[in-house]
Amino acid sequence: MWWKERCIACRDCQKVCIKGAISFLDDYLLLNQLKCDLCRACVDACHSQALKLVGKKMTVTQVIKKIEKDMIFYDQSGGGVTFSGGEPLMQPHFLHSLLKACRELGIHTAIDTSGFANSEVLLKISKHVDLILYDLKVINDEKHVKFTGVSNKPILENLKKLSGYRRKIIVRFALIPSVNDDEKDIQELGAFVSSLKSVKELSILPYHKAGVEKFKRLMKPKNSLFIGSLPSDEKLSEIERKLKNFGLKIQTGG
Amino acid sequence: MMSKRVEHLREQSVNTKPYISTERAELLTDFYQSGVADAVSTPVARALAFRYLLENKTICINEGELIVGERGRAPKATPTYPELCCHTLEDLEVLDSRERTPFLVSEEVKRIYCEKVIPFWKGKTMRERVFAAMSEEWTNAFDSGVFTEFMEQRSPGHAVLDGKIYHKGFLDFKKEIKHKLNNLDYFTDPSAYRKEQELKAMNIAMDALIIFAERHAKKARELAEVETNPQRKIELEKIADACSHVPACPPRNFWEALQMYWFIHLGIVTELNVWDSFSPGRLDQHLYPFYKKDLEEGKLTKDFAKELLECFWIKFNNQPAPPKVDITEEQSATYQDFALINVGGLKENGADGVNELSYLILDVLEKMRLIQPSVCIQLSNKNLDRFLKRALEVVKVGFGQPSIFNTDVIIQEFLRAGKSMKDARDGGPSGCVTISAFGKESCTLTGYCNWPKILELTLNDGVDPQTGKRIGLQTGNPSNFTSFNELMAAYKKQLQYFVDIKIRGNNIIERLYADYMPAPFMSLLFDDCIEKAKDYHDGGPRYNSTYIQGVGIGTLTDSLSAVKYHVFDTKKLTMEELLDVLKNNFEAGEKIRKMLLNETPKYGNDDDYVDIIAQLVFDAYFDVLDGRPNTKEGEYRINLLPTTVHIYFGQVTGATPDGRKTGEPLSEGISPSQGADQNGPTAVIKSAAKIDHAKTGGTLLNQKFMPQLLADETGIDKLSHLVRTYFKLGGHHLQFNVVDAETLRKAQKNPEKFRDLIVRVAGYSDYFVDIGKELQDEIIARTEHRSF
Repeated sequence: MWWKERCIACRDCQKVCIKGAISFLDDYLLLNQLKCDLCRACVDACHSQALKLVGKKMTVTQVIKKIEKDMIFYDQSGGGVTFSGGEPLMQPHFLHSLLKACRELGIHTAIDTSGFANSEVLLKISKHVDLILYDLKVINDEKHVKFTGVSNKPILENLKKLSGYRRKIIVRFALIPSVNDDEKDIQELGAFVSSLKSVKELSILPYHKAGVEKFKRLMKPKNSLFIGSLPSDEKLSEIERKLKNFGLKIQTGG
Repeated sequence: MMSKRVEHLREQSVNTKPYISTERAELLTDFYQSGVADAVSTPVARALAFRYLLENKTICINEGELIVGERGRAPKATPTYPELCCHTLEDLEVLDSRERTPFLVSEEVKRIYCEKVIPFWKGKTMRERVFAAMSEEWTNAFDSGVFTEFMEQRSPGHAVLDGKIYHKGFLDFKKEIKHKLNNLDYFTDPSAYRKEQELKAMNIAMDALIIFAERHAKKARELAEVETNPQRKIELEKIADACSHVPACPPRNFWEALQMYWFIHLGIVTELNVWDSFSPGRLDQHLYPFYKKDLEEGKLTKDFAKELLECFWIKFNNQPAPPKVDITEEQSATYQDFALINVGGLKENGADGVNELSYLILDVLEKMRLIQPSVCIQLSNKNLDRFLKRALEVVKVGFGQPSIFNTDVIIQEFLRAGKSMKDARDGGPSGCVTISAFGKESCTLTGYCNWPKILELTLNDGVDPQTGKRIGLQTGNPSNFTSFNELMAAYKKQLQYFVDIKIRGNNIIERLYADYMPAPFMSLLFDDCIEKAKDYHDGGPRYNSTYIQGVGIGTLTDSLSAVKYHVFDTKKLTMEELLDVLKNNFEAGEKIRKMLLNETPKYGNDDDYVDIIAQLVFDAYFDVLDGRPNTKEGEYRINLLPTTVHIYFGQVTGATPDGRKTGEPLSEGISPSQGADQNGPTAVIKSAAKIDHAKTGGTLLNQKFMPQLLADETGIDKLSHLVRTYFKLGGHHLQFNVVDAETLRKAQKNPEKFRDLIVRVAGYSDYFVDIGKELQDEIIARTEHRSF
């Protein structure tokens, strides 16, 4: 990621890049992502913190050490740790080890998943986790394919299975105006979620534009996904009301 | 809803601009010119001067008010104290015209100063005595900004009252004094005469306040006679009745209890210009018996109790801190006079002290939104979450109050310092942060100590690069240091050197106050001054603690961490290179500055690499100060707080190894350097709790949140967990600012539209538009924690 406002255009990053992946157009950094091999030489050379390599490699022990630092807060608040992503199930073995280690320490755990995963993997992981935050985008499969590129069949199937095993689940619904907010979307969502035995709670996550700035920093072209406007408060409370009618506990945000 | 009366009084208080009144200065000059003072001992002269002031000053009863008495002749009329600091004509010009905390000065005031006040007091003030008595080393360090001096314009105070005045009237005190006088042993006690004079002075001082109250009673009766509104007529008669009763006799009801305190408050702030005004302390504890009794007897309603408290609140706000000039102004640039009202905590028997009045006081605070008085909650493990959450709801309103103190740790601090369990439970924070045993302690803050400046001097072998003058020890050229420990050792030597200079100065100043400026009125209110027949300034109180407040732990820790990390550990920089860029204030060294700024392990991130350094510098300060004797049979303690001095100290401190440029503010309190904490509030709390708060008399950790974070109950819940966790970890004190940066920027551009925007500055709240651009910028820059 590159922060324009932090960059002092000293071009040290360009000088240290042996792959020649970095060039400048006036004050703008251009990164050739095909040439870049993530060696992080440019990041180390940048004292302004204008360049940052997102993510870092850590061992289970290192992650647990970090989690342990906040244990006193969990004690006080009854909180714990949530593994999110990306998609945490992309690293099932790592996640499995972390969850087991947390359980030994008595730390409450949650995962935040899209549910688009191998059923066996998901079920195995679910045994070691206290709470599953399960994202549902839209029930209509056509729309799902259109906006995410994949079918939601495995997602819905997985959720039914988890519910069958009575796992503690909160469904999270990212509400995006003119994508998944029409009457049919809401009714289908409410009907499906309320049919699940172990799901009592649904969180509405109103669409926001925090990602726009992030995309800029990632030096990616403006993505076609940034289409929606923010949901209005009236619309939001209307949807809340409708979903509540299905007997679900609704929380907005969080 | 605020009543019409309160609304009107509040308006008047908020909208009247502070102005200088010469009444006190003139009366005092008349008294000392009369020659009466020359014929008696110093304590008696001071008491007679006090009586002369209270016999002659204008009596003011504002329209509609229920609690009466002003320090000046009207709200915001601010007296001066020429016996402490006699303002010059230039001072008066500055006061009148300065951007920050101005005081209107009329031509008439200037004329009176010119013709009467200055000619008499020049050469006789405490300020002149203090500066004349200081060594060259002291003056050098003071001029360079290594430390400041509290006693050069205001007198020792920081005093908080306990509950004695609510069941003992002055006639009872007088009996005690008479008994003491009758039993003085002139044969074997060599100080019998000195004691006699002090006791006589106390006696005169009490008469003075009784006369003052009686004058109010008379005025109220006069007003009642001509009053046409029958309801107000009754009120004025009640006021007259109360003023004839207190302070001579103990208060009979809730209303009189407030009036009793207020007269005493006015006595204290008329006698001398004490630091940190004066405070009633644990008002919910003191007033509860009256409140309960009056309610039960049907003499009081909850609403009227609230209205009385609101009227009481306005009285505090009517009295801005008397004008400060020069460095004293820089270190404490505010109208706020640090009167503090404490609620919650424990009862004397260790039980939960929260009562109905604790909540009522929080309601009043929330509604009044005034910069004075401040309110703090003393939070114990025994207090319910409901109490904390109610306090946080008030915090949410957005003016930085109440601040939240950890009573359980404070009790530990008191016990460590040798106080009894009873006195420990009765005490608490006073002024903005520091703890004292209420009604029993002279807890004197004597000045701030600029830690990063001492590092700057260490890095320059004792020479102040700002002036080229050698003011410190020669601890060696740091380029020859081969380890971080050598640097620490050199820093500790410089620290010891400057602390010694400051203590030597303090020892003299304490004696100057004891000899020339006794305070018989304040003394009689503090145990055991009557018993010992000794003045407040001379070690009369049961406990006598002296503080030198440490400032800049964030900047110093990060700077040392930068040297350790970049010079000694990773060796990315040599000491020469570092000293060179610091000398040039990073000109042509922006890349190095960014490296120091961004790639140094910094305090506030729960990173042991650097938090251990914070512990080291904390321990270094504790070791050179704690337990050293003062001249009042008391001891030195440490505390870490800045008021506004981190701005001034920043101005006099060159570039520091943490990447801070010359002149930029230092970190405040024990908060991380502005922008250094990047792992959220939980990490800040973990770092801040690694220093041993129980070994201090107080610390200040500031956290700023956007109001939307606290919008719902979940937000309040989370914040309450944060507080409880910090306190579990032994933290002393937390305060929150709940405003968003955007609002602050708007306020900076259009101050007139944001007159009533109050922010928590550092241990106190102030009007944002009054605090000056630099401090405004800093508050905007302080990390905004967007989520937990």
